[in-house]
Amino acid sequence: MAFLEVKQLKKQFGNTRVLHGIDFSMEQGEVVAVIGASGGGKTTFLRCLNFLEMANEGTIDIVGGFHFDAKESYTPKQIREMRLQLGLVFQSFNLFPQYTALENVYLPLQLRTKERIRGEYPFGRARRAAIAAALEENRTRAKQLLTGVGLADKMENYPWQLSGGQQQRVAIARALAQEPAILCFDEPTSALDPELTGEVLRVIKGLKEQGRTMLVVTHEMEFARNVADRVLFFADGVIEEEGTPAELFTNPKSPKTAAFLKHTDI
Amino acid sequence: MDFWQITAKLFEGFGVTCLLFLLTLVFSLPLGLIISFGSMSKFKPLSWLCRTVVWIIRGTPLMLQLFVVFYVPGMLFGLQPFGGENGRFIAALVAFVINYACYFSEIYRGGIEGTPRGQYEAAQVLGMTARETFFTVILMQVVKRILAPMSNEVITLVKDTSLARVIAVAEIFFINEMDFLSKGLVWPLFYIAVFFLIFVGGLTLLFRYCEKKLSYYKV
Ligand SMILES: Nc1ncnc2c1ncn2[C@@H]1O[C@H](COP(=O)(O)OP(=O)(O)OP(=O)(O)O)[C@@H](O)[C@H]1O
Ligand SMILES: [Mg+2]
Repeated sequence: MAFLEVKQLKKQFGNTRVLHGIDFSMEQGEVVAVIGASGGGKTTFLRCLNFLEMANEGTIDIVGGFHFDAKESYTPKQIREMRLQLGLVFQSFNLFPQYTALENVYLPLQLRTKERIRGEYPFGRARRAAIAAALEENRTRAKQLLTGVGLADKMENYPWQLSGGQQQRVAIARALAQEPAILCFDEPTSALDPELTGEVLRVIKGLKEQGRTMLVVTHEMEFARNVADRVLFFADGVIEEEGTPAELFTNPKSPKTAAFLKHTDI
Repeated sequence: MDFWQITAKLFEGFGVTCLLFLLTLVFSLPLGLIISFGSMSKFKPLSWLCRTVVWIIRGTPLMLQLFVVFYVPGMLFGLQPFGGENGRFIAALVAFVINYACYFSEIYRGGIEGTPRGQYEAAQVLGMTARETFFTVILMQVVKRILAPMSNEVITLVKDTSLARVIAVAEIFFINEMDFLSKGLVWPLFYIAVFFLIFVGGLTLLFRYCEKKLSYYKV
């Protein structure tokens, strides 16, 4: 079985069917780019993977992670646990405005650590000590992650004091802090001025070199072509075509893919 | 009647005004939050009920509500819930608390619903519980968003307390009225204005200070 396996994933909103049965799998360390025309269901697909939307049908499996079947019902706690296996970076960053870059990265991490420690120590001084120790550890980790995305000198800045590209890099560090098995991106550079997209794409490229497993919805064809191991072309709620960038970009098999690529300059 | 006698009397009435103001805030601020959660509830009957109550309370004069709270229990049911020594004050307090809780609930609701969905979703994908999301992520953004409308409403409350006079609560107007009316003195009216201006001025400074304290982030 592949590392991530999605089978017959279907999603509809009311009577609007958006995903018509997605079959998809990816291996650990793989970087997959998702392209496709607007309204094709790319965002919905990522949101179903992250359980921001609940799929109506289908299964999602991550090896050593979880097995999700849309037919079953799950408690909020179970959903949270499955969710933590995946990270999601949004088009609009969604940093928490009242916290510094550093706090944005370590606070969510600290909450999860606290939850874990509360489970291990029922009460008392040992628990408080463990939480305090974890706080230091988490701060250090957050600092390393921010340094890793090139923001060592911006840790104490609030989101409004950062450029869009910097905010997105904080968001990436924040997602990485949870150590997700797979990191998803939904058009991470679409809200950025063209001169800022480069810095974010370079960070993603750097993550690939570290061996991260990533699923990236993007309109940056050049990025999909040069960085991705594999490209999916989404059209009208199905994966119309998939292949290596070389295959898909130079020799699309589906006429829909060909038509889409013709209208996007690469 | 000299200046000092009137001053003393004004302070006495103003004490009641301040007490009414403070107690109204103490009870209506949390009650408003509960009503706002009610009106945002996914349970339709509850949200419908809360929204209807808010509509009625905001849609009728506060003066009318004061009369209703004070007189109607007795007239219709023969009850005297506000019969004791402080009965009138308590009746006024009840009416103010209900009225202001409804206004505050709408401000809270605006602040909470004005939080972008992305904030909730970011918190969710980071594994936060609904509780953690509200307290660590949403609350401070709501506080910032509602500060200006809240300051408006609170300042309005300072002046609305004078309406308690209609059920003979011994607030600043009621207690001094006889003097102006019978003695034909005009200046105490302006003197009362000074009390209110100083009070509101202080509140304005307080809210400005809060705004400044929260200016380190933008929502
Ligand atoms: N919550 C929702 N309720 C109803 N319809 C929705 C909802 N979310 C998405 N849709 C519909 O689903 C379809 C797919 O939307 P989606 O956002 O997944 O497309 P996309 O491929 O990400 O497009 P884009 O490139 O513009 O981001 C659209 O027709 C959209 O209107
Ligand atoms: Mg999209």
